[in-house]
Amino acid sequence: MKPADTRESFTSRMLSSDGAVSVLVVLLGFLVGTILVALVGKNPLNMYKAIFQSLSGYNIDNGKMNVRYIGETLNYAVPFILCGFSMAFAARAGLFNIGGEGQYIMGLTVAQVIGLLGPNVPGLHWALAIIGAMLIGAAWGGIVGILKAKYEVSEVVSTIMLNYVALYLSRIICLQLPGASTYKTANFPETALLSNGFFQAITNNSMLNNGFFLMGLAVVVYWFIMEKTNLGFGLRATGFNREAARCSGIPVVRSIAISMAIAGAFAGLAGGIVALGSFRYGRVLSGMDNYGFNGIAVALVGNNTAIGTMLAGFLFGMLKNAQALMQGKQIPKEITFIIQGLIVVFIALRSAIALYLAWRSKRQLQKEVLAK
Amino acid sequence: MNTLIGMIPSILMIVSPILITAVGGMICEKSGVVNIALEGLMGVGAFAAAATHVLLEATGLGMPSIWISLGIGALIGAAFSAIHALASINLNADQTISGTGINLLADGVTIFAAQILFSADRTREFKMGMQTDSLGIYPTAYIALVVVVAAWFILYKLPFGMHLRACGEHPHAADSVGINVKKIRYIAVLASGLLAGLAGGCIVLTQTIQYTSNTINGRGFIALAAVSFGRWRPIGVTFAAFLFGTAQAFAIIANNFPALRVLPTEVFNILPYVITLIALVVFSGKNYAPRASGKPYIKGAS
Repeated sequence: MKPADTRESFTSRMLSSDGAVSVLVVLLGFLVGTILVALVGKNPLNMYKAIFQSLSGYNIDNGKMNVRYIGETLNYAVPFILCGFSMAFAARAGLFNIGGEGQYIMGLTVAQVIGLLGPNVPGLHWALAIIGAMLIGAAWGGIVGILKAKYEVSEVVSTIMLNYVALYLSRIICLQLPGASTYKTANFPETALLSNGFFQAITNNSMLNNGFFLMGLAVVVYWFIMEKTNLGFGLRATGFNREAARCSGIPVVRSIAISMAIAGAFAGLAGGIVALGSFRYGRVLSGMDNYGFNGIAVALVGNNTAIGTMLAGFLFGMLKNAQALMQGKQIPKEITFIIQGLIVVFIALRSAIALYLAWRSKRQLQKEVLAK
Repeated sequence: MNTLIGMIPSILMIVSPILITAVGGMICEKSGVVNIALEGLMGVGAFAAAATHVLLEATGLGMPSIWISLGIGALIGAAFSAIHALASINLNADQTISGTGINLLADGVTIFAAQILFSADRTREFKMGMQTDSLGIYPTAYIALVVVVAAWFILYKLPFGMHLRACGEHPHAADSVGINVKKIRYIAVLASGLLAGLAGGCIVLTQTIQYTSNTINGRGFIALAAVSFGRWRPIGVTFAAFLFGTAQAFAIIANNFPALRVLPTEVFNILPYVITLIALVVFSGKNYAPRASGKPYIKGAS
């Protein structure tokens, strides 16, 4: 894409950098969101006060500091980051995983089942639940991979279908759990919870829990698989050019199935962490939690890299935590959904940048030829 | 048996919007653009229709308010789909990303607008929805019938329809004989937005009394499934919409049948999605989808 000219202009260098474009896209999303808030007669400053408070814990209006907000922001970021990895991992192999939501729901469901019925052994209980959540997520994603690789079923359609299968299946299962009413089950035993006394102590009793460590581990694992292993190389090669990968002896069918399974495991982990970390009881879901769908946006903003996805996940966690604060300042909290949606739309529109750069270099070439 | 016949109106009520949306999705894919934003487009249409109806009803307009609201819902749906058209036709964007973005955006925009207009996370309730005819059938069923027949006639009997299908099968060939691929795809995407918006209005005016974030609840995705399951043909899509709509209806009315009461109602909710998945596997290998569907058309590249 880069123009042949060595004296590249600042703009074209910016526009060729994925990271810079992501920052630009996020800023554009916030800009349009801000304009919208102003247009409906609200004060956009209140929106930013809420965001600042969810980021720093500092309330500008009364000068009070509460570190709990920081803890909550970090806790909200965990499922966003993990669902982002779910999307990103599949994307690296050239697949579009809209199924993060379904994989997340299945992980959440199995974690709740093991949480309520599992062995009440400290340490082992929650670990079993989390492993179960990852395995079912992997299975839920793996199905998609196999359908895609063996039967050429579009992963876009099959993941959408599996999201809703997961939602209703989860309801059927959770309604059978001990103490189940129409919306919740009995409380989890202590041994199933991911809560971390130290985190609670330093963040003024926020919900921040051991899931945060698991997320950190997942970042390292994602980076390691992608950048340092043959498996990751094969996946990326498959994503770049499937035929070329096949010709160089990379087992493409297996690559696709494995990458969807690993992608599913990330989302399943997110479901397990939310189930046992953010709630004390099992939930009978009546709708989607939307972490999986937003994971798509997180991965797109993060350009499918480990660090980028993590940063984007923190951004989304911050926005989610700011929702209640915004509502308290008369800003409809749905503005955060609008900003997230806008970010994804702008990412779709970034293909315009490639068109623009191509047009520019063509014009440059024309100029040079005419000058001769 | 009598109960079964008695169910027909409610089945038609549930099938109609799914069918209308699915026809829109089919037209869109036939022209070569995949539209997974149907869910979101139904949402904005439903919100616009509900909000318009609430506000017009208060002025004492009476029945015309319903039809004006449906029209507004359809127009807003079309306007929203212009984003998808711009992204996927002019800018060669990834159509799945653009569709996902519109779905997320629709979630936010509708409830945000409700917060501004009605200071709540839903529209105010309207007093009177659409009325049934003497057979107990909502007008939406007739609208759906007209939409399907018209779509079939345009796609298969008019030169325009043939051009549209050519754009989805082989845009370069279409271009070489002087068909304006971009224009036709624009018309198709806007038509799918119009129909999805209309269908959203149909849902909100027949099945509930207000718009909430749960009004559409996956029906846009069911319509998308109906397009695949119906193998991109009007008759197949109609059959699929009926099958899926009936399954949805059973989730609501299974309680009337002692034999079905033992099953969790969720089983009926799952059916459309599972059937579609199985069908996609069974029919795999033979590709019924329009060949160029989902691929941006770049002039000169092949």
